[in-house]
Amino acid sequence: MANIGLRGIEKYFGANYVIRQLNLEIADGEFVVLLGPSGCGKTTTLRAIAGLEEIDSGLITIDERPVQDLPPGERDIAFVFQLFALYPHLTAFENIAFPLRATGETRAEIERKVKDVAASLRIEPLLAKRPSALSGGDLQRVAIGRALVRRPKALLMDEPIGALDAKLREDMRAELKRLHIENGTTSVYVTHDQVEAMSLADRVAVMNDGVLQQVGTPSEVYLHPVNLFVAQFVGSPVMNIVPAEIRPDGAETAVAIGGGPAFAFPGELAARLGAALPAGHELVVGVRPEAVRVAREAAPGLRPVEAHFIEPLGAYDIVDLKVGERLIKARTPSGFVRRPGEAVWARLDVPQVHFFDATSGDVLKLEPAHG
Amino acid sequence: MLARLDTRSRAAAQGWSDLAIRNAFIIPTIAFLIIFNVFPLIYSLGYSFTDFRASVSEPARFVGLRNYRELLSDPNVWRNFTVTAKYVIVSVTGQVVVGFGLAMLLNRTFPMKGFVTTLLLLPMMMSMAVVGLFWKLLYDPSWGPINYALGLGSFDWLSNPNHALYAVAITDIWMWAPFVMLLSLAGLSAVPQHLYEAAAIDRASGWYSFTRITLPLVAPILLIAIIFRTMEAFKTFDLAYIMSGQPTTETISIRLYKMAFQEWQTGRSSALAYIVLIVVVAITNIYVKYLNKVKER
Repeated sequence: MANIGLRGIEKYFGANYVIRQLNLEIADGEFVVLLGPSGCGKTTTLRAIAGLEEIDSGLITIDERPVQDLPPGERDIAFVFQLFALYPHLTAFENIAFPLRATGETRAEIERKVKDVAASLRIEPLLAKRPSALSGGDLQRVAIGRALVRRPKALLMDEPIGALDAKLREDMRAELKRLHIENGTTSVYVTHDQVEAMSLADRVAVMNDGVLQQVGTPSEVYLHPVNLFVAQFVGSPVMNIVPAEIRPDGAETAVAIGGGPAFAFPGELAARLGAALPAGHELVVGVRPEAVRVAREAAPGLRPVEAHFIEPLGAYDIVDLKVGERLIKARTPSGFVRRPGEAVWARLDVPQVHFFDATSGDVLKLEPAHG
Repeated sequence: MLARLDTRSRAAAQGWSDLAIRNAFIIPTIAFLIIFNVFPLIYSLGYSFTDFRASVSEPARFVGLRNYRELLSDPNVWRNFTVTAKYVIVSVTGQVVVGFGLAMLLNRTFPMKGFVTTLLLLPMMMSMAVVGLFWKLLYDPSWGPINYALGLGSFDWLSNPNHALYAVAITDIWMWAPFVMLLSLAGLSAVPQHLYEAAAIDRASGWYSFTRITLPLVAPILLIAIIFRTMEAFKTFDLAYIMSGQPTTETISIRLYKMAFQEWQTGRSSALAYIVLIVVVAITNIYVKYLNKVKER
């Protein structure tokens, strides 16, 4: 096991950059997920760590040893491919044994190690089968077995469960988590699925357009997104982003959305926002559906809104509320709003509301200490 | 309705039924096969049990298995078979090694790849007779360019009985390695790149991934190439006949030709043709069995 360091990684494809100035330190035993939309450079970054892709500049270290000029085989890492990349002409046993045979381990050692890893993956009954006779989930278990069998310093996974159906993905997610807890192998995992990222990661690294946007624990990334991209990429349903008008209103600050009713915020907010937002920049408000509180009866602090559309999702409903000219998604207990068109009351949960500079996309830091 | 009319074939629109269309394709083929393949096959089987000679107007006399018995105990025929076997082994092995090697070299992207591939395919598009005559010139001991290029002085390729078979085989390799190359190239490009990436990460050496990944995955298509080339090499006639008249290059087909059309032993040559047929079918069957085993994986 080992730590992995990425320092100043750059990769160009012709004149276009694929990765720009990427710095990331992955601690020994940590599970880091690279999260981002397709084409954001996350897979290229992973392949660069593996040595399957060359970088144009920067330093990659594994166990503090620079490896960027070493071939993949000398980096002592394992890689799980999205499409499994199992050897089609070999049985599951031989597939798992491949890395051991390639380095000339003894027959008895191979037998023992393959059996061990197969037991931990619960695939012993499948060892005699060829990949063509295995289901998607089992294929990936075998692929993971092949990766783990020689106890690599780090395990790199490129959307390993992306090709499986939804139910199987959920099972495999839990299994990957269990394996990581049991083995504690340093893991880097690439996905575009934020649910996978949130559920598996010790830390999530969100990438967009070749640039690392934010690195943090799943809850940090979810609760304190540093910019509009992270705010909207992480979380489902997506965070509401709406332009807002801010004005001091006596002891409070009025935040008016879509020209509709103004929500009440603490009085010092107006001054802090004024200080944080550069002159001439637009302001947008970000609020997750669960931070929009809905009530059926009027109460102090609540504003009248109209339910426009209801998506029942079983455990809860997502209700589109018409706030002035805008629609805002709110999460309510299922059946709470009975029908579209119903008049209800709503407020925003102040600590969970984010203010962004619409021009730069960055979140506005409102703590007095940060100015 | 209009759309349905459009999708119907013209033949169908003219009132041909599916069955009629099928017959229009099948009947000429079947007729051709019967007239030119099945009929001569059965007819010559009959001749192989007689002492018939096409050059004399005597009726054929039934002699039972005498032709077969005599052929199989004739040391000259056995020598012909040995020559042929040697030729098949040298020539097919050479074609596979050279052809597969070329395919490995071509299986990457480089400028003018299409042009280079086409150039390499040219030999197999030429006429056997022309190739034979040209290589005879190339092999010429006193002024042939091969000896000149290799600095072999007046090395005797074709008239030395010990070299002639190999010289013919080399020409055959030159001509047909591109065929093996073409099939191998198709096989190689079908091996997914990520398997090599997986092998590189698994610390497999180049040789290890070649023997454990490339070869097994290309094996089925390579075997098909080998089946074709073995069958062709086994019945080799033109190259050996044109390039050399040595007894050491007298393949079974040349023997057959001489027996049938120079000595006019029609009955006996029919029997020999049947022996050759059985041998070729047997060899092909072994290959096909092996091919099926390889394909199962």
